[in-house]
Amino acid sequence: MNHWIIAPILLPSLVAAVIILTARYQIELQRVMSLAATFALLGITTGLLVYSASGVIDVYELGNWPAPFGIVLVLDRLSAIMVTLTALLATVVLLYAIGTGWDRRGHHFHALFQFQLMGIIGAFLTGDAFNLFVFFEVLLIASYGLMIHGGGASRLRAGVQYVMYNLLGSTLFLFALGTIYGATGTLNMADLALRVAELPAEDTAMIRVAAVLLLLVFALKAALIPLHFWLPATYAEAPAPIAALFAVMTKIGAYAIIRVYTLVFGPEVEATAGIVGPWLMPAAIVTLAIGMLGVLGARQFGRLAAFSAIGSMGTLLIAIALFTPQATSAALYYLIHSTLAGAALFLIVDMVRARRMGEDDIIAPRPVIAQNGLIASLYFATAIAVAGMPPLSGFVGKLLVLDATRGHDQAWLIWGAILIMSLVAIVGFARAGSLIFWKVEEPDTRLAAQQTAPAALPFVATGGLIATIVVMTVFAGPVTAFLDATSAQIFDTQAYISAVLETPRAIEAQSLPLDYPSTPKEPQQ
Amino acid sequence: MEYLLASAIGVMSAAGIYLLLRMRTFPVILGISMLTYAVNLFLFASGRIAINLPPVLLNETPTYADPLPQALVLTAIVISFGMTAVVVLLALGAFLSSRNDEVSLTPTDPQAPATEPAAGEGRK
Repeated sequence: MNHWIIAPILLPSLVAAVIILTARYQIELQRVMSLAATFALLGITTGLLVYSASGVIDVYELGNWPAPFGIVLVLDRLSAIMVTLTALLATVVLLYAIGTGWDRRGHHFHALFQFQLMGIIGAFLTGDAFNLFVFFEVLLIASYGLMIHGGGASRLRAGVQYVMYNLLGSTLFLFALGTIYGATGTLNMADLALRVAELPAEDTAMIRVAAVLLLLVFALKAALIPLHFWLPATYAEAPAPIAALFAVMTKIGAYAIIRVYTLVFGPEVEATAGIVGPWLMPAAIVTLAIGMLGVLGARQFGRLAAFSAIGSMGTLLIAIALFTPQATSAALYYLIHSTLAGAALFLIVDMVRARRMGEDDIIAPRPVIAQNGLIASLYFATAIAVAGMPPLSGFVGKLLVLDATRGHDQAWLIWGAILIMSLVAIVGFARAGSLIFWKVEEPDTRLAAQQTAPAALPFVATGGLIATIVVMTVFAGPVTAFLDATSAQIFDTQAYISAVLETPRAIEAQSLPLDYPSTPKEPQQ
Repeated sequence: MEYLLASAIGVMSAAGIYLLLRMRTFPVILGISMLTYAVNLFLFASGRIAINLPPVLLNETPTYADPLPQALVLTAIVISFGMTAVVVLLALGAFLSSRNDEVSLTPTDPQAPATEPAAGEGRK
């Protein structure tokens, strides 16, 4: 048992508590602790990623209780990638929030931020369906606080909507878990995979209902049409660094779909075959279309970024909906890319907002903002990445997705949707960029008088995100090789199941003598 | 017993969904609470309905009441309780700062409700 697996969950939760208890009113101390913890987190998760690269699936049994009786954390390549991505994004976002002073605009930013990280990382690491629910709630309750950080009527109202949507999602999640438990008698994912595969054919109605309910929950998180309504207002109204961090929140839905619908309700499981992919695909295509049309039609810069997040989820879910190793590998590449690019876009939106009079973000000519050229070039690079044009990683990602869909019956539809919507996105980004950065009015003297030297940290943060995108493009070969190995591991469900259920302690537990009555009735139905 | 439990879950879910579809935040919060009550009962039932049985497997009784759903329900109750408190506070904050407790975000004139103090007072 490798104790480092639980470190990325423990570290943020402890630091958050320490921040609240000892540094409640000292923002500088909070910043130091939060930054140190996040850098340490990045170090730990990178170490876990390197460790998982050997292909080992490592299981951490909480309280030494073996699965399926106890809750386990599972580290495989997929969860290591997601955890490292989260830590990387968190580092950048934290630098940006400190550099712009966003963390001063309300209370407890850093504590909530660390709790948020704890929830996200826990959701990626857990190997238990109910524990996944608990970590979802941890990350959600922190996100409620972060979403309304800084206050303001419109943000609060968007926050109410966001919270209500997610409470509904949590309720659905519980209904799904209850149904799963009722049908199989377990909630450990590896054990579930075994039991679902063994269910007799005439007894699968319940588990099919549960599979669809669970898909609804994850689709809500992933902002799949028609469950995306919470996203545009939330992302546009949330503080920009938080919106950037939320770029990884929609990916949790995508991650959960990959995890559950390959491992538990996999493509070869008879009971649930053909109920997920055929529904997910058209919904993903419509999501892509709505997202990119939203980019074209957005009146505000923040909305544009939010709709581009929906559009990229569409592309991602198209790749996921195929449920083949090649497509999943493409999906993972696109997932990493779209998280980084989407976050960069939100940070740039905030840079524009902060430099305008009245902090509006309407896509219309305004007096030229400070550092117009620099921000415009950052926007240019990010828009190229998000729209999926060469030479950045968005292009590579889309190419991989297109390549993976070649054998599909509806390949022409998928190709058409992705290519046409890329064009729509390009037009949308070009329109917004030229209205905001080119078609500017004369500098406003009132605004110029207010200008102080710009903080370097926000540019470092945004530049860091774009640099990571460039690195992903330059090293696309090694990255895709690693992701191919990851998706091979995802589809090798036997390895996962035996890693979780055949730990030394689990084998020991199975060999324990049980003092059952001689002829017991079935203890569980 | 099954019919009683099933119909209770069903009625509460129906009431919850009806209230969820209302325009104002308060009924929606009530609806969410209703739904969480329904799901708590539902989780209980997922361990099968067992009456007067020990929660552990004993040698003298051939069957037992599944303790796991009870633990799940406890977690769910705590979480939904906390979440409801958060959403109530949030909705109150949103109402007090915008004088408007509609759930939808249609851009309304923020000054408009302030001109109708009677409506605002009526809600207090």
